[in-house]
Amino acid sequence: MIAFPWITVLTSVPIAGALVVLGIGGGVGERNKNLARGLALAFSFLALGLTLFLWHHFNSASGALQFQERYPWIPALGVEYRVGIDGLGLLMLLLTSIVVPIGMLASWQIQERVPLYFSLVLLLQACLFGTFTALNFFHWFIFWELSLIPAFFLIKLWGGPRRTSAATQFLVYTMVGSIALLLAFLAIFLATGKFDFIDLAGLAQNGQLMPAVVRNLGWHRFTPEHVALMIFAGAFLGFAVKVPLVPFHTWLPSAYSEAPTGTTILLTGAMSKMGLYGFLRILLPIFGAEMQQVLTPLLWLAVATIVLSAYAALVQKDLKRIFAYSSINHLGYCLLGIFAVLKFTGGDVALTAEKYAAMNGVLLQMFNHGLTAATLFWFVAMLEKRSGGLRGLNDFGGLRKVMPVFAGLMGIALFSSLGLPGLNGFVGEFLIFKGSFPLATWAAALSVFGLLATAIFILGILQRVFSGALNTTWAAMPDLTTGERLALAPAIGLMFALGLYPQWVLAVVNSTVMQMVQQLKF
Amino acid sequence: MTTNMHLWLLPLLPLAGFLWNGTLGRRLPKTLVTSVALLFSGAAFAQVLWIAAQFRSLALPHVESFATPWIAIHGFQVDFSFLLDPLTLIMLLVVTGVGFLIHLYSVGYMAHEEGYWRFFAYLNLFLFFMLTLVLAENFLLLFVGWEGVGLASYLLIGFYYNKDSAADAGKKAFIVNRIGDFGFLLAIFLLVAHFGTLSFTSIFGAIAAHPAMQGGVLTTIALLLVLGATGKSAQIPLYIWLPDAMEGPTPVSALIHAATMVTAGIYMVARTHVLFDRSPLALGVVAIIGAATAIFAATIGIVQTDIKRVLAYSTVSQLGYMFLACGVAAYSSAIFHLVTHAFFKALLFLAAGSVIHALGGEQDLRAMGGLRKKIPVTFWTMTAAVFAICGFFPFAGFFSKDAILFAVFNASVLHSLYLGKLLWGIGLVTAGLTSFYMFRLWYLTFFGSARYNEEHAEHGGHGVHESSWTMLLPLIVLGVLSLVGGWMGWPEALGGHDSFAHFLDPVFGASAAAAPVVMSSASAGMERMLAGLSMLIALLGWLLADILYHRNPKLPERMAQKCSALHALLLHKYWIDELYGAIIVRPLLAISRVVLWRGVDAGIVDGSGVALASGASGFSSIVRRMQSGNIRSYAGWLAMGAALVLIFVFYLAHCI
Repeated sequence: MIAFPWITVLTSVPIAGALVVLGIGGGVGERNKNLARGLALAFSFLALGLTLFLWHHFNSASGALQFQERYPWIPALGVEYRVGIDGLGLLMLLLTSIVVPIGMLASWQIQERVPLYFSLVLLLQACLFGTFTALNFFHWFIFWELSLIPAFFLIKLWGGPRRTSAATQFLVYTMVGSIALLLAFLAIFLATGKFDFIDLAGLAQNGQLMPAVVRNLGWHRFTPEHVALMIFAGAFLGFAVKVPLVPFHTWLPSAYSEAPTGTTILLTGAMSKMGLYGFLRILLPIFGAEMQQVLTPLLWLAVATIVLSAYAALVQKDLKRIFAYSSINHLGYCLLGIFAVLKFTGGDVALTAEKYAAMNGVLLQMFNHGLTAATLFWFVAMLEKRSGGLRGLNDFGGLRKVMPVFAGLMGIALFSSLGLPGLNGFVGEFLIFKGSFPLATWAAALSVFGLLATAIFILGILQRVFSGALNTTWAAMPDLTTGERLALAPAIGLMFALGLYPQWVLAVVNSTVMQMVQQLKF
Repeated sequence: MTTNMHLWLLPLLPLAGFLWNGTLGRRLPKTLVTSVALLFSGAAFAQVLWIAAQFRSLALPHVESFATPWIAIHGFQVDFSFLLDPLTLIMLLVVTGVGFLIHLYSVGYMAHEEGYWRFFAYLNLFLFFMLTLVLAENFLLLFVGWEGVGLASYLLIGFYYNKDSAADAGKKAFIVNRIGDFGFLLAIFLLVAHFGTLSFTSIFGAIAAHPAMQGGVLTTIALLLVLGATGKSAQIPLYIWLPDAMEGPTPVSALIHAATMVTAGIYMVARTHVLFDRSPLALGVVAIIGAATAIFAATIGIVQTDIKRVLAYSTVSQLGYMFLACGVAAYSSAIFHLVTHAFFKALLFLAAGSVIHALGGEQDLRAMGGLRKKIPVTFWTMTAAVFAICGFFPFAGFFSKDAILFAVFNASVLHSLYLGKLLWGIGLVTAGLTSFYMFRLWYLTFFGSARYNEEHAEHGGHGVHESSWTMLLPLIVLGVLSLVGGWMGWPEALGGHDSFAHFLDPVFGASAAAAPVVMSSASAGMERMLAGLSMLIALLGWLLADILYHRNPKLPERMAQKCSALHALLLHKYWIDELYGAIIVRPLLAISRVVLWRGVDAGIVDGSGVALASGASGFSSIVRRMQSGNIRSYAGWLAMGAALVLIFVFYLAHCI
């Protein structure tokens, strides 16, 4: 529509915010801190407003890229500045814009180096915006890598007792993944001279990409299939670590539990979607054929991710670790759906419809998981604030008596995570399973066991924390304040809204999903 | 031409009550909470009566849909749509009718409880989901109601949440049901994969259009649905949650865990009978599970000492009858028993609640006795319910139980007439056991010497007392229904018209497997004989209870000592909970902890990751330096990495 560079403006908002907030400097006064917090929140709301504006003007009937901007940057390298969004990109922008203010509100009680903290959060938001809109590998990768810096420092400087090793582990794992990803794309670039995702996807669909790579790189000792698989493996590793997919996930529980909870919200709510976004925007269109070759092991990895993480969550004693494993579990359903879509179906119409269902489910689940997981960690943050940092499953008991509203609202979020119909978690998971079941029957059927474990640990939380005799240590624990209730209301409201009317998301993504599935030429 | 029945309003009425009381109830005076809860549940009942009055003018099946779909993507759609047919109407009448009575009863019963508002909010929430369940026109909306009633049940079982046993019981109920829900979900996935839709009318229409479609995937679907039904309707192997659910307040036990929610499994099988009719195997499984559960639970009921637990096992057993009826394709008999059971079992629970209330919270049968004169209304209404459940003519249970047993007697189960006779025999023995444990309860509660502690019952200084009118009125209404409620199904063999079954003919009439038993005079004679036989068995049970618990009250104890092994087996409910704990729960947790988490997750995967990282000495020194803790050095590393990457890229570009 309008030639105004909306996306660039959107990405600049948090950057500007980060600079402004940082400019407040290191004053220690309470006024100074509040100014930093308030300004940061204001910028995040500005970003939210802009995203809602984009949503309003987005043409849902089209699966094509919209709000595109395209300028030559380094022509010699095939580097362009190219941004644009389709339904997937828009959904991720919306999610990021919702999750970041939640993360900020949950970080309100942070007292040290407040301006730096909030400016890092805004910087992270800008990197997320950049990653979700970039269409050229060059600046996409800059945003992708740059996002590690604020995330690393947020964990490292404001985290729990084992923050240093957690932050390092996080950085090393994701860096290794990123380097593999970079090497894969450099190989492709050397062979094709292209960095543009859309162009590369076009080449891949015509079956020209990998032959060109083999021809131009001159790796004659390897067969073309091996070259293709090696390059795919590099790219795959980058995203698999980020999501994460078992067995690349072990950085996650310690990073999530050591990070300050406000940061965990950003990690789980928005950053974990970067990996899935990579699967959808990059791996599927460019490496679809290679993924299909190794489909069976991929499906088993998805099943392992779902089942292993759910049962690992079952035996955790720390609320944040439980939700961390539960996060892996929920994103595992997305991976199941993505992999199932790759099943060769020979153009069968009914099975193509199942692919639409699975893919719609994946996108919906990405959004729902972001919302629900962020809200759950938010509750943990509020609980920590009241308990002086305690968050063990056995540290509480009977809290429902002293804080009924807290218990009730967190109960809603927990049941949303459990996938209770009527709340947001259900429809996405249902569509993923509905689609995956005929495409990858056994993988889907086995994954259902994850749902059982989820129910067990969710109810375990409700029981240990809120039921039973009141732990007298917390006899005076205050219930949610009016401010907290008002802040939570939109998140809880969205859970109901998307459970009862998922069309708000499905209408945005359906056309994009159809296009994505149709581009898979099998 | 169909009139608009405004079906959408029906579930929304109790939902409004829930929202009002759930959000504001805590600060409102009790009378306002009560009025809102009664008003909205009563309004729902009134609407059902209005629908019933106009029912004859409707073209069936009557479907009403919301303008906007719930889920709509390319190639798949699920609507908010409701279905009204005779089966739905009967369920609606039971749910809202009994539901309203129990709301009324709760006003008195819960009057002194903390969290009064919360109780009514949950009760209204339950009605909302239960109405969604019975009105749903597709599997997914049915599943919404199905899970929703589970949620309400969870909340109400754990109503006294600061009691550990209550919190445990709520959790157990939800998780055990969740196992059943797997079956249900997998069935839904299979259905949508094969039919491309989840709408009842479309799926059943598609099956009807293919008479050759038999067994195969339909059997798989049906068996998975059965797994779901065994959870919700407390059948073997998933019945274990229901006795524990008695931790909830007694009105909840009456409404949710006796009259309505637990019958959802039976309703679901009846609603999807088109699938079951094409699968003799699935039907056989249903019949066998039903018969086995009926007798199994009845034997446990014989020795339980908690009045509510006796009734809980009795519920499991009676649900087994309904399952048995479904399994021989006698769906209308199953629904008939569902209705009469809703009357007399709700009454039994409410009367038990009245007893418990009178004794200040006492639930142990050994600490009751001689209450006949002290609480006469409770006594007489409960007597009606006992006669009804034992199947004495002309009480309600007689007609429905007779209908079931007669159908089973004539049925061939898994292609075997002998198996049908065997299951009938089990049903008959169960009838005797039922009569025995019900009269045992009756004698222990109302006859003999008073064994309760007067002082304990002296709460509020008014001693053992009859309940208030809001509690007694529902008892009386249900008492009358326990007597006359079966007359609508007066069988033709006894000179009636079997109107109940005929009313349901539009739903089940087309059922192929329900080969209509030709009403010859010989079979009418057979039916009369079988009815007489089951009455005789019930009388025997009564007689035995009379001897053991009325005339020789010392005898049972001596018998228990003589057969201590058998007694312990029954008292400990065949140690099934312990068995499940030993072979499922504990191994699951142990595997999760030792193998999946510590072993695979934290051990192998992470271990190898760390080993990989520290194994290469060069890399490990980088890691060590990176861990120096100095912020500037981290930033330096990152900047250096980024610079290297850029240099590399430019170098490459130069080469090209």
